Amino acid sequence: MWPIIQIELFKIYKRPRTYIAFGAIAALILVIQMGLKIDGEAYAAFLMKDINDTLTVDGKVLNGYLICYILLQLLLVHVPLLVALIAADMLSGEANLGTLRLLFTTPYSRTQWVLAKFVAASLYTILLLVWLAFLALFVSMWVFGTDDLFLMKSNYVVLIQEQDVFWRYLGAFVFASFSLLTVAALGFLMSSLANNSIGPIVATISAIVFFTILSTLNIPLFNVVKPYLFTTHMNNWKEFFDLQVNESNDAITGSILNMPKIKNSILVLTVHIALFVGASIWIMKKKDILS
Amino acid sequence: MKKMSLVLLGLILIQFELYAQSNALIEKVSAKLNIVNDYVAMGVMKTDVAFIKASLGKVKVYYKKPNLLKVKKEGGISLLPKGGVSVTLNSLLNNKQYIAIESGIQVFKGKQLQAIKLIPTDDKLDWVISTLWIDPTDALVYKTFTTTKENGTYEITMEYGQYASYGLPSKIIFGFNTKDYKLPNGITLEFGDEDPSAKQKALKQKKGTIEITYANYIINKGVSNSMF
Repeated sequence: MWPIIQIELFKIYKRPRTYIAFGAIAALILVIQMGLKIDGEAYAAFLMKDINDTLTVDGKVLNGYLICYILLQLLLVHVPLLVALIAADMLSGEANLGTLRLLFTTPYSRTQWVLAKFVAASLYTILLLVWLAFLALFVSMWVFGTDDLFLMKSNYVVLIQEQDVFWRYLGAFVFASFSLLTVAALGFLMSSLANNSIGPIVATISAIVFFTILSTLNIPLFNVVKPYLFTTHMNNWKEFFDLQVNESNDAITGSILNMPKIKNSILVLTVHIALFVGASIWIMKKKDILS
Repeated sequence: MKKMSLVLLGLILIQFELYAQSNALIEKVSAKLNIVNDYVAMGVMKTDVAFIKASLGKVKVYYKKPNLLKVKKEGGISLLPKGGVSVTLNSLLNNKQYIAIESGIQVFKGKQLQAIKLIPTDDKLDWVISTLWIDPTDALVYKTFTTTKENGTYEITMEYGQYASYGLPSKIIFGFNTKDYKLPNGITLEFGDEDPSAKQKALKQKKGTIEITYANYIINKGVSNSMF
């Protein structure tokens, strides 16, 4: 199957739209980094105004680790939209061009073609995430330096020691890959249902926006379905950045507050990926390519 | 009658003067503290504030006469009570601008301690009133309770070990009042569930403590002013 994966990868990287996502991420990150470099202290002072009423915070709060966290909070909500640009065009683009018929008459089965396309879309997604990680984490570490991670959540503050931070980012990026692959799989499913490029892209983006709103609204009616929505779990990479505390309120270095929540989210996202890809294979196997 | 009142008032003032200006125990404590011109102390700091999750961190504490004090965490971010660390025994006693009033014997952790209230005579000082609980036998201060103008009240509790002869504690606990902490979800982008236990604790506990356990002191070896 490797030759057809290579063909699909070649097709992806020949399209100009592939590079829109890389360019958009680079531009956004560099602009935010520049803004925080020039006027970050004012931003940090605004965030810490409540803390400063009680405590004096001494140290480099606005360091590379915090910048990366801020960037991920902003971008991991929007990167799925960029993933949809490619993934939602993988099958419908071929149908639109009339090349689907050609593909399915090769010695490779329809399942193999669909899987090859999904693997190619996944590799693109992972590469996009690596690009994001490089710019958001490594460039921020280089530009702003490193120190303890001082995270201001809505109701409390978490102070993670410098040596305890990097592995959490690795974990968060691995988790984010599951989130983005779920989006890629959803785009893929939408793509299998249509014969043009625009429809599945818009449908995927709409679905993400719709479910994200449902996931964030605290209305009891929606709380029943929330645990089953992939958008509820996509943001749980943040769980890597919360610590357990012992009875005397000391944070435990190296701990994660809610590991079962992370595991559950990965399971839910994996099930979604399997369902979306499985459904895509089933639809494509049934698809009429003669008309 | 008028003369008698004047005599009585005079006697009261003389009595007050005797108690206030020349409290022997305070002088004894001051003398002990005056042995130390400067120190660098290594220790472990524990932050216990309801809305903060922080692990233990190694700190270095620098002191120089008369009242320069700096707590520095080794390679990291440190959280200290606002203005609280500077309200130390040295800053209270070294300026000599106070009136001392004995206010009885009290038992603290099994020890009979003399409670002495200090009232500043200089309006420019940060603190309004301070109570010291002192062991009369070894002239060690085990507890202070200070009310400041700007930063609320501070309770400092001390334990002593091998550096007791210098009046330096082996453990010090700064207790201070904390205010509410709340950031809108729109700023933190935390739309998911928060840690409910942290929420509950934040509501219940309005007092914070910073605890420093000292491992060792380097005394009177000189500390540069640039450290402060």
